[in-house]
Amino acid sequence: MSKRIDVSDLNVYYGDFRAVEDVSITIEAKSVTAFIGPSGCGKSTFLRTLNRMHEVIPGARVEGKVLLDGDNLYGDGVDPVTVRSQIGMVFQRPNPFPTMSIRDNVLAGVKLNSRRISKSDADSLVEKSLQGANLWNEVKDRLDKPGSGLSGGQQQRLCIARAIAVSPDVILMDEPCSALDPISTLAIEDLINELKDEYTVVIVTHNMQQAARVSDKTAFFNIAGTGKPGKLIEYADTATIFNNPGEKSTEDYVSGRFG
Amino acid sequence: MSTTKLARRAGTGRTGDKVFSGAALGAGALIVAVLFAVALFLVVQALPTFSAPAADITGGEGFFTYIFPIVIGTLIAATIALLIATPIGIAVALFISHYAPRKLARGLGYVVDLLAAIPSVVYGAWGASFLASQLKVPYQWLAENMGWIPLFAGPASSTGKTILTAGIVLAVMVLPIIASLTREIFLQAPMLHQEAALALGATRWEMIRMAVLPFARGGIISAVMLGLGRALGETMAVALVLSSGPLIASLIRSGNQTIAAEIALDFPEAFGLRMHELIAAGLVLFLITLAVNMVARWIINRHKEFSGAN
Amino acid sequence: MATLMTERKRSALTRGRLPKYTPYVIALSAVVIAAALMSLIGFHVFGWAVLSAVLFVIGNVTAAGVVEGRRKATDKFATSLVYGAFLVALLPLISVIWTVLVNGVPGLLTPGFLSTSMNGVTGAVDNASVKDGTPVVGGVYHALMGSVMITLWATLISVPVGLLTAIYLVEYSAGNTFSKVITFLVDVMTGIPSIVAGLFAAAFFAMILGPGTKTGFVAAVALSVLMIPVVVRSSEEMLKIVPNELREAAYALGVRKWRTILKVVIPTAISGIASGVTLAIARVIGETAPLLVTAGFATTINMNVFSGWMASLPTFIYTQIMTPTSPSNADPSTQRAWAAALLLIILVMLLNLGARLVARLFAPKTGR
Repeated sequence: MSKRIDVSDLNVYYGDFRAVEDVSITIEAKSVTAFIGPSGCGKSTFLRTLNRMHEVIPGARVEGKVLLDGDNLYGDGVDPVTVRSQIGMVFQRPNPFPTMSIRDNVLAGVKLNSRRISKSDADSLVEKSLQGANLWNEVKDRLDKPGSGLSGGQQQRLCIARAIAVSPDVILMDEPCSALDPISTLAIEDLINELKDEYTVVIVTHNMQQAARVSDKTAFFNIAGTGKPGKLIEYADTATIFNNPGEKSTEDYVSGRFG
Repeated sequence: MSTTKLARRAGTGRTGDKVFSGAALGAGALIVAVLFAVALFLVVQALPTFSAPAADITGGEGFFTYIFPIVIGTLIAATIALLIATPIGIAVALFISHYAPRKLARGLGYVVDLLAAIPSVVYGAWGASFLASQLKVPYQWLAENMGWIPLFAGPASSTGKTILTAGIVLAVMVLPIIASLTREIFLQAPMLHQEAALALGATRWEMIRMAVLPFARGGIISAVMLGLGRALGETMAVALVLSSGPLIASLIRSGNQTIAAEIALDFPEAFGLRMHELIAAGLVLFLITLAVNMVARWIINRHKEFSGAN
Repeated sequence: MATLMTERKRSALTRGRLPKYTPYVIALSAVVIAAALMSLIGFHVFGWAVLSAVLFVIGNVTAAGVVEGRRKATDKFATSLVYGAFLVALLPLISVIWTVLVNGVPGLLTPGFLSTSMNGVTGAVDNASVKDGTPVVGGVYHALMGSVMITLWATLISVPVGLLTAIYLVEYSAGNTFSKVITFLVDVMTGIPSIVAGLFAAAFFAMILGPGTKTGFVAAVALSVLMIPVVVRSSEEMLKIVPNELREAAYALGVRKWRTILKVVIPTAISGIASGVTLAIARVIGETAPLLVTAGFATTINMNVFSGWMASLPTFIYTQIMTPTSPSNADPSTQRAWAAALLLIILVMLLNLGARLVARLFAPKTGR
């Protein structure tokens, strides 16, 4: 089900500008890995390269290797569509399809792959995914209502349900709680803790407490200054990063001295 | 003391305010008046047609018998134009917004806008002198091989100046309009939902179907309706391209006529009852396009809540 | 074979994918097969291209369907359709421009074309030029001047009315019922067929000045009916995007509303308004139908819009094609028509480019 990711010497460019420099990192299967760092340090950009979503941004390109259980995402003849159906993504702002009902939103990814899915299979998948996203009890009576009618936190959990319905190997989350209130944030954090039993979860967050609460390992990204590329400074167990960091800048950041 | 000072100072500028707001209001009222005037003058000038004895009307059997064939001709030409231009126009818009390389796309969008600005008389001249002669052979072939379908009944026109040619020229004219309007809509489709679709592993086409087309539905309909309005009222392309005649089913023989072309061809030499007749025809065309515009607006409003533009 | 393929590509991500060179192979085969088929039924370049394209699409989609699955095949098919539609759309548009260029350039380069009118040019003159090969005489000066005069008057009518209406809608109406009525009617006006606008002007002036009144001014009124909604619409958009903070800042300084609008709001939006007006001019300068029924046809120079028939570029093109000066030798008339068409297109393009330049050059400097 879940797979590990090995990144070696990855560089990300926007046109001529190098946004991320020489990142090498190993992300374990069935774990939660958090990326932290100041704004503009390239952590979100780097996250997007893990399922090739950066290709949506004009001029963005990548050098280096990203191996998903040994298979290079950037190898010859690899289709980004295949990559993305195995590595799902949850975005900063909740984005359920406004024209679809809650049920259709959950099934959106599944319907792409199998045109005919029996009603009972679909029903059980919807229930399983929504339960997996801790949303079932709140929406089970209004599955045919549009997803845009839910609250922000519910919408975000709907997006997570949509992502896990296609049973991906990895789930990437790009600041999934930054647009949510504290209670919804808590609900999502609980959910992330449950997700790691089955999936590899990578989460970008601005909130250091959140990283400390949900992740097993933490990677700290930083930039030397504006116009300089972002770099991976330190990568270790979350406890180590927050209590006993090896680098001075990591310590400064986690103790709130800058950023 | 101070209150009188304030009041006095206010007096000088207030006139300017009144004049200016009055002028603005007057301009708005003028537009309302002009539109009523358009309707009123058309009706007044058309009236003699309806009171005249049926035998005096062109064709000798009353206004309805006169207007019916050219209304149908107008609808046929506009339908052909839309059948061709709608799918191609939407595809061109998609090409520019989602398929073409980004650098190329900006230039192409600009070219489409320029093509929408080419005067209709130029398209008409092109249709009459170039396209019509190119279509003679295909029409011949259609008449010989598909002649059993009433639409392609022979003998094919020897000049190629048929209602189908006119419809194709109209299609070429409305294509840039539809393409340029729908392109704007496609570009406005929210990135958020397109990324959501891609992140689920959708192919480009699936992404377009999930996150672009549902969003754009209302906009596409309004673009097509605007194209229809243009095709219905377009005069020169038909006047130059079609060698007109009575209403016939075959699209590849000389015949049929549209309201706009009939007016353009006959009005300059018309006088007396014939002039009133043509103005009455113009009134009919006005009402048809008015109906199309209103229906378009109604559809767009109905679609607003589902369009996802929130 | 199958085992060999899987062995060579161990990556799970590339399983069931066509090799990169597939489309080139299919394209090449399509061209060759199409050539072979065409040689059987008679070779024709256009048919060859179409057949090659069709074969390529079929081959590409089938290959994708067999190896990569239904979804990939659908995607490729959609891509082919979009590209194909774009190419199909380009054909007539290129053809239009090519036709106008090829036919128009010789006439436009004929000496005197821009500086003479059709006064005194008769069928006999055209017959002589065809017979003796002398240059085609007669030009568009009168039509060019007519177009300029009529459009100028239409602009003089439309811009104040349209701009003031937009000001009313944005600054004064506060969304009342009357403003909704105006907005609705402006929408309706955009849909008026141009020939109906011409009929309106003709009927209006026929009623007050007697039937058959055809002057440049009647035509200008007809064009105004078409131009006003465009001006209202674009000016309204531009006034709306002027930030409210600017207005409030002016009010706070004790500036009257009308002076605020004239000195603050309009200068901020002027580039957008100017570019909208230019586009509106570009639209009406090519209108033919309303001029046919309002301005009549003239072969001589008439600079007075209030009396007498007036020529214009679009009607010049139309009459030269429909009723050639010399019925037996239409070629000189056709040449003049195409040259006028080219001139008209150049004018419209220049106006469009001008509108873009205006919008860019005079855009308010935002502090960024």
